[in-house]
Order: sequence, then structure tokens, then C-alpha cells
Amino acid sequence: MTDSVLYSVLLLASLGVVAAVVLYIVSKKFYVYENPLIGEVDEILPGANCAGCGSPGCKSFAEKLVNTEDISDLFCPVGGNDVMKLVAAKLGKEVTEKDPTVAVLRCQGGCDVRPKTSEYQGPRTCAISAMIYSGETDCQFGCLGDGDCVNVCDFDAMYMDEATGLPVIITDKCTSCGACVKACPRDIIEMRPKNKKDLKIFVGCLNEDKGGIAKKACAVACIGCSKCEDICPKDAVLMENNLAYIDPALCTLCRKCVEVCPTHSIIETNFPPKKEKKVVEKKVEEKTPEIEKVAVVKETVTVESNNTKTDA
Amino acid sequence: MLKTFPKGGIHPPENKITSSKEIKRMKVPTAVSVPIAQHIGIPAEIVVQAKEKVAKGQVIAKSGGFVSSNIHSPVAGTVTKLDLIIDTSGYKKQCIVIRTDPKDPSNFEEIELPLKTDIELEPKEILQKITDCGIVGLGGATFPSQVKLNVREGSKLDYLIINGVECEPYLTADHRLMLEKAEEIVVGIKILMKALNLQKAVIGIENNKKDAIGLFKSVIKKEDGIQVAALQVKYPQGGEKQLVKAILGREVPKNGLPLDVGVIVHNVGTIYAIYEAIQYNKPLTERVVTVTGKKLENPSNFWVKIGTSIKDLVAEVGGLPEGTRKLVNGGPMMGKAIKNTDVPVTKGTSGILMISEEEASRGKAENCIRCGECVFVCPMGLEPHLLMNLSEKGFYEKASGEDIMTCIECGSCSYVCPSSRPLLDYIRFGKNIVKKLETSKN
Amino acid sequence: MSQPIIISASPHVHSSKTSKKVMYDVVIALVPAFLVSLYVFGFSALLLTAVAVISCILFEFLIQKYLLKTEVTVADGSALITGILLAFNLPAGLPIWMIVVGSLVAIGVAKMSFGGLGFNIFNPALVGRVFLLVSFPVQMTMWPLPDGITGATTLGIIKEGLMFGNTMTDISAQLPSNMDMFLGITAGSIGEMSALALLLGGVYLLIRKVITWHIPVTILATMAVMTGVFWVVNPESYASPLIHILSGGAILGAFFMATDMVTSPMTRKGMIIFAIGIAVITVVIRLFGAYPEGVSFAIIIMNAFVPLINKYFKPRRFGAKIKSKIV
Repeated sequence: MTDSVLYSVLLLASLGVVAAVVLYIVSKKFYVYENPLIGEVDEILPGANCAGCGSPGCKSFAEKLVNTEDISDLFCPVGGNDVMKLVAAKLGKEVTEKDPTVAVLRCQGGCDVRPKTSEYQGPRTCAISAMIYSGETDCQFGCLGDGDCVNVCDFDAMYMDEATGLPVIITDKCTSCGACVKACPRDIIEMRPKNKKDLKIFVGCLNEDKGGIAKKACAVACIGCSKCEDICPKDAVLMENNLAYIDPALCTLCRKCVEVCPTHSIIETNFPPKKEKKVVEKKVEEKTPEIEKVAVVKETVTVESNNTKTDA
Repeated sequence: MLKTFPKGGIHPPENKITSSKEIKRMKVPTAVSVPIAQHIGIPAEIVVQAKEKVAKGQVIAKSGGFVSSNIHSPVAGTVTKLDLIIDTSGYKKQCIVIRTDPKDPSNFEEIELPLKTDIELEPKEILQKITDCGIVGLGGATFPSQVKLNVREGSKLDYLIINGVECEPYLTADHRLMLEKAEEIVVGIKILMKALNLQKAVIGIENNKKDAIGLFKSVIKKEDGIQVAALQVKYPQGGEKQLVKAILGREVPKNGLPLDVGVIVHNVGTIYAIYEAIQYNKPLTERVVTVTGKKLENPSNFWVKIGTSIKDLVAEVGGLPEGTRKLVNGGPMMGKAIKNTDVPVTKGTSGILMISEEEASRGKAENCIRCGECVFVCPMGLEPHLLMNLSEKGFYEKASGEDIMTCIECGSCSYVCPSSRPLLDYIRFGKNIVKKLETSKN
Repeated sequence: MSQPIIISASPHVHSSKTSKKVMYDVVIALVPAFLVSLYVFGFSALLLTAVAVISCILFEFLIQKYLLKTEVTVADGSALITGILLAFNLPAGLPIWMIVVGSLVAIGVAKMSFGGLGFNIFNPALVGRVFLLVSFPVQMTMWPLPDGITGATTLGIIKEGLMFGNTMTDISAQLPSNMDMFLGITAGSIGEMSALALLLGGVYLLIRKVITWHIPVTILATMAVMTGVFWVVNPESYASPLIHILSGGAILGAFFMATDMVTSPMTRKGMIIFAIGIAVITVVIRLFGAYPEGVSFAIIIMNAFVPLINKYFKPRRFGAKIKSKIV
């Protein structure tokens, strides 16, 4: 009895010793030198492995940062300037500061304003439905509503709004990694600069059709009337293919274009409410559908500025 | 035992309800919208301007490259605008809209061209004429014919195969054409044999078209080197590779063309278009279209001018029947669903199919029960369930290694799947991505 | 038009064969064998089947609804089949709680823990049966005979007889006649009674194209050839091929268990390899193993090889190897 206990203890112990020796030899023989800086830089990086920087993960980005001479082109969108500064200090290299950006959705064609004219049957992913045809509505530029962008978001910064069928971006959580921009087959999501109060003005439409056709397909489509271009004091509005685009570099957020847009396709976010009384009045009236939509749009903006800070 | 291809294939209900309906000539539409991308390859370049007067058969868009094709005006009239119009792809594409001149007599001539059997042109001229007349494969793929006929010097080519299989359910355009224009088609075959210096040609026809088989057998009695092959009824026998295998037993190598085994395949519709182009210098501006559907009042076959709105065609057969839930441009197996009838007929439109709710609706996709049906029916020897999984999960490299690119998109796998899984949807998607990856690599 | 036009990718028509229809065809095919068991065992067969079916469906429902919180798919009929097949592989008179435990193992362990229908590697009914067999060997081998007493199965008698040094000639006196085994008057699990009834069901499945001939025919043929060789060499120590095929779960296994779509290979080539494997393992267990019967074990062992078979026995790609055959 005691013998068998002794034997098994000895056997296991000697096995352990042999294994330890083998492991030691192997670890010495196959040791790969790695710059310790890589590990340290990796520590600084956010560790989200979102691939927003272009590298497959944080570790490989750290390698790239350490091994590249000039890192001014490299940027971690998730960590932003703070992280990049830390990295620069650690490596003794120069980084350029970048303005923080945030994803915005350039389509407001919810179910209520953009009627469905056909029914799609098949796998519900935007990539496949975009391959087959122009989508369930008559707008061939707008959101397909199958949520590929939501599925790729690693930061829970997006969700599908069941009422409108459009994705919603939670600005606070958005790290501007750009995954959604890549996933969208229609290029609806754009990265726009994020200022302190997250004030933004942009055209919430990509429809390049002529005014009448666009308007028929979607009540809040940009009809290419150029009113915003005419009123803009800074020439920040570019008109191309019946579509307005507001250049964020030139826009001073004066909100003049928002007021003149006849289809309310220009979106402003997080501005303090201007004429709150009037908005409430309009909401009560609710006579023609046109006005109702105005009220609804403005109302959501008002609510957002107070509470959730989500983009429409 | 009739010939057929050995591996895979299915037998969907044929529903060839229009096979006894003579091809009627559609009345000339008041306006046509002619897309400039009607063929595989580079879209044609527009050579007319708005408000310009065009004659019937005039070139309105010129071939834009090697794999491209000329496009001719189907009517005499005035170009009203160059506009973006939704075509079969489901997206807005460049179209030339022409208003028919109601006074121009050339629009309303009854064109019954008498049979002309003497082939005057020399091989080089024949090929040039085919290029000039904008002939493309009318079986559905719309591949520019001159590219297919552009045989490299020294290739071992010994057979011309004429595809009269029409294995798609519902469609009867080729069947009717074979019945009504058999002699012209045989002349067309001889034209191609002369152009390519070929001694042997085989017309492949499925056995559900016994009348056409009989007719061709009697027409070719006096011809040397032309044979008729009666084939078993099996989908997708009209696929080039399957047809070559069925008729000659030769297997086109993976990623290869029938040319690699010494064969050129052309559809009967294309052959007829070639006949008209060579003998009467007539460009490809019209084609046979089957307008069909179980609930249609008056389904039939029509000679239709390219660019005619499908709406006009539907009106011709008594309007959209109550309860139509799906409009298909082409056959039910490989055709494209279209959103409304404002889509123009193109060179590739072999049929317009209207199907009702019960037929149109897809079942809800359930779990794969690994029954292996899709593997058994795949005529290319692929594993559709695996390819779908790989492309759904994003393993495109692996999918490429499993030969996803050799899929001919016949839809047999999706047809048989008892769990209604969208196999072909994902495979097609995977193919697109793999194609993109491959081009970005090169 | 009242409803919008549907858009989807081609093909726009689909065959009328659905998973549900496949499942219910299998159920129909099992009816003759069930009727025989009712005739032979009466109420206890009905009770056994009912308990197995109800508990299988119930467990699937509970697991999907409350544990996994996914869509409940009990209506697809797969749990129903698992229940029937499990019951068919159990002896009549088994305690109810054991049947329930077997069902839980079949559905909970063998099926749902792998991801549900289509993802299980092993045939759920067989896993349940084998679990019961190794856990409760005594109850699982108490075979009630039609006349009320318990006895041994044909294969059990042979195994025991040979172990005690008897020759086949001695043993054959105790064996039921081949005709009895064919019609179903023998000891065994309730579903493996009558070869005739099972063959009827099998033929129905073949006609309905639910299964193909590859697996059942290969299994039975390989078994016949293998046992035949031993029998020809030494008929005193080995039973005849006919006894081997008609007795035990050979026919039930070949037509209904091994052909389970989920757990069998997806190519014809693979199916034949799979079937040969089952037959060889079965015969080895029957002739040389400790258990008298080995079909269940053989199928489960070969189930484990299915992913490998699928990987290495792929269909030949069109145009992969070119034989230059010019006509």
C-alpha cells in the first residue's frame, strides 16, 4: 500500500521534472525577441481590437507604431488624441492631432416618410439585398434597413429603431472606428467632426434623383433645389447630382440652411431649441402631414439636446 | 436511352403553357427606352443626342470595348431624352428614350423576310457583320457573340452546338422560334459553320419538344454534318457545360470554356439573329419574349422591340392578373425579379413571368438538416450547403478553395432545399466578394 | 394591387418537399413496425412509445423556451421521431422514469446541447438508448416475450451459448425460426420485432425519396458478406448471415437510424464508406465483443466520423480532371 503511494508520487514528480526541463529548453531555444516597447504601447491602446486603425488588432497596431519611423499618419480613432499623445511620449515620436469624429447617418427615410413599394424575401443583410436590387422603397440611395452597420458595431453604439426601420447612432458610445462605414453598401454613414457640444449640421439624404422623383420616393429627400447653397454665407454647401453636401470644414453651424430646406432634409443635432413655443403649437395642430413631420423632427431634436444625445 | 448530363439536375414542373401559341408581332410601342448596358461587359457609348432624329436600325450606342456590343434603334423616331431608368438589375441605368414617329412607314412595314439560303459573305465579313449588328447571346447571358466567335488561330475547334434545350420552366420562346423558323435557323447554322470553317454541328433539343425535334430532323436531311440530338428533360441542361457534356460527353475543364474542348455553343435565338444579320443586314433590335403565368388570360409569345416597356407587353396579354405577387424577367429558375412593369425589354429578356402568392413566396428558412439534397442536385459537383455557410460566416478564401467560382447559379440547390435555405443567395454573394478579392489581388 | 410585389433572388420556384414533410414521412414509415409491437406487447408498447414521444417533445419545448430562449420548433417533427426511435430501441416494460431519463439524454444532451436540429453529431435516439444500456444494463436487457415471461434475444442466446462452449447446432434448437424473426415473434426491443414491417417502412421511405438505397443496402450487404465468410469457415461457431440480418437491430438500424440525415454523410461515396464502417463494427461487436448486439454502438461510432467523411469524400467537381475523350 505505502509502496504504491510512494511509486506514484515519485513517478509523477519525475514526470514533472522532465516536462519542466523540456519546457525550459524549448523556451530558450525558440525564444523570439520582441521589442518590450510593443507590449508597453499595447498597454496604452484601448484594446478594443476594432481594426478602425487599419491594423487587424491593437497588438499589431502597436507593432506598427513601434516599427514605423514616422507615425504621424497612424491614428487610433477609438483612443483619440489622448492615447496618441501617450504613445508619442512613450516612443518619442511625433503625432499629428486629429479632430475627433463621429458617425452620422445620412438618411432619414423612415417607414413613415419613405413608403415601401415592394417586399424583399431573402437573407436580411444589406450586402445581399443591395446586390439584388435597389431596396424595398423607390429610393435607390437610402438606407436598406437590414442593419449590417449595427451588426458590425463592436461598441454597442448603434441599434435599429423598430419604428422607423433605420439604425440609430448613440453618439456618446461611438468611437468612430469606421466599421459601419465599411459595412454599409450604400455609403450612408459618414464620419463627421465632433465638437464639444456635438453640434452638427449635415444633409440627411443621398438621393441623386431629380427633385420630383426623389420627393415621390421619400418625403424628406433632398430635392436639389439649391436653396441651402444660395443662403450659405460660407459657401459650405456643394451641389452635385441634385444633391447637397455640407462641407464640415467650412460650415460654421449658423443653421440658416436648416431653415430654408423645404423638405427638412438637413439635420441639425443638439442645438438648443430655438422657438420652442412654436414647435409645441405646431405639434398640437397636426393638420397636414407635412407640418406634422416638421413638428416630429424638431421635437426629437429638442428631446435629444436635453437627454440622450442620439442622432435622428 | 436519351442523352443527358450525368451529375445532378432537377425536374421542376415544366408549365410550358404557351408552347402551342404562335409568335405574335407586338404592335409598335409609342416610345422605347433602350438601356446601353444590355450585354455582359462594358456598356455601349451613346452616340446620339436628345432631339436627334434616328432611323430604324441606326446605331445609337457604339460598342465600348472588346467585350461590348453595338446598340441600334429599334424604331424610327426622335430621341427625347437620355435618362436614368430602372432596368432589370433593379437599379437606375442609362437609357436612350426614343419616341416613335407615327408617320414613318418603316415602323409599320410587315416584315416577313423570305428564306434566303445562299451565303454570299466570306468568313471575315460574316464575323464583322455579327459585330456590327450587335448580336449577343440570346439565351439569357447576353454575352457579345463576336467575342465568343473570335477563335484564336490554332485552337482545335470541331463542333458547333446549337442550344435549343430551353430547360427553364414556363419559357417557350426558343421552342416557338424553332418551330416557326427551322429552315432559317439551319441556314444560320451553315453561316456559322462557314465562318468558323466547321464541318460538324449538333442541335440539342430536350425531349419535351418532340415536334421541334421531328421538324429539324426532316429539315436537316439534305444537310451534311448537321445532326439533331434529342435529350432527356432535365434542368439545367441549357447550361453550356452541361450541354456539351450531354451531347458530346466532353467535360469542359474547371474555369474553362467549351472552346477548350473544341466546341462553340450558341442559342437558337442567337443563330436566328445571326441569320437575319447576315442575309438581310438586320441589326438585333427585336427578340422573342414569352409572356406567361398560370393566371394570365392570354399568355403568349411575342416578337418584341428592344426597349418596349414590359407594361405594354403585360397589357397585350390582358393585364396583370389579380393576386400577382412576383414579376420575373426571364425564367423562374434564373430570371430576375423586377419591382414593377416600367422596366424595358432588353436583348436578354427571354420571358416575362407573373407568379402568384403561393408560388412566389419563399418558405421560412429553417436549420439545415444535412440531407445532402443540394449536393446531389448540384450539376457542378459542388457542396452548396458548405459554400453558403462559408460565405455567410465570411470565410471567402476557403469558399474560393471549395470552387465557389465554378457555380453556374442554376438555382437547383435552392429549389430542392427542404428547409428553404437561401443557398444561392449566399453563394452568389460569396462569388461577388471572391471576385472582388481576386481582382484586387491582381 | 393590394399587396406589394415580392422581390427575391432566383430561383423563384421551389420544390414542395419540406423538412416537415420529410419528418412526417419517416413517422408514417414507422407505423407498420409500431402496429406489430402493439400486437405483440399490447399496452406496454403503447405506453413506452407514448412516454418517450411526449417527454422528448416536452424536453425540446422546455429547453428551447426557457433555457435557450430561442424559437420553439417542436412542430418540425424531429423530436417526435427521436421519441419514436428511442422507444423502438427499448424493451417493453421498462420503468417509466427510465424512459424519461433516456429522453432527456437524447434531446437535452445529444441534440440541444449541440445546437438543436441539424447540428447534432450523434443520433439522439441512439445516444439515449446507449446511455440507458450502460447505466441500467439489467433492466435494459430484460426482454419480455409475447407470452409474458422474460427471455433473451436471439443474439443473446447465441452469444451466451457460444460462451459456454456450445456449438451452433446445439444452440439453434433454442432459437426462434427465421420465419418467426421475419414476422416478429421474438424477444427484443419493441421496434425491432418484425423485419417485414420494418422493410415495408423502409421501402416506403425509398419510394418517397426520403432516403436512398446506399446506406441500408450497403450495411445489410456488408453484414451478410462478413458474417457469411465466418459462417462458411466455421458454421459451428458462427451464426448464419440470415440470422444476423433478421435478428437484433440490423434492419431498424440500417433503414431508420443510420439513414438519419443529420448524422449521416452528404455524398453517395461518403454514405457507402459510412455504411461499410457501421456493418464492420457491428459484426465485430456481435462476434467478438462483450455485448451480443452492436448496431447502436456501431452507428454512434460512425456518426463521429461523419464530419471527416464529408471532408474527404467530396463530390467530384465538374471539370476537375479532364479525360480527353474526343467523340
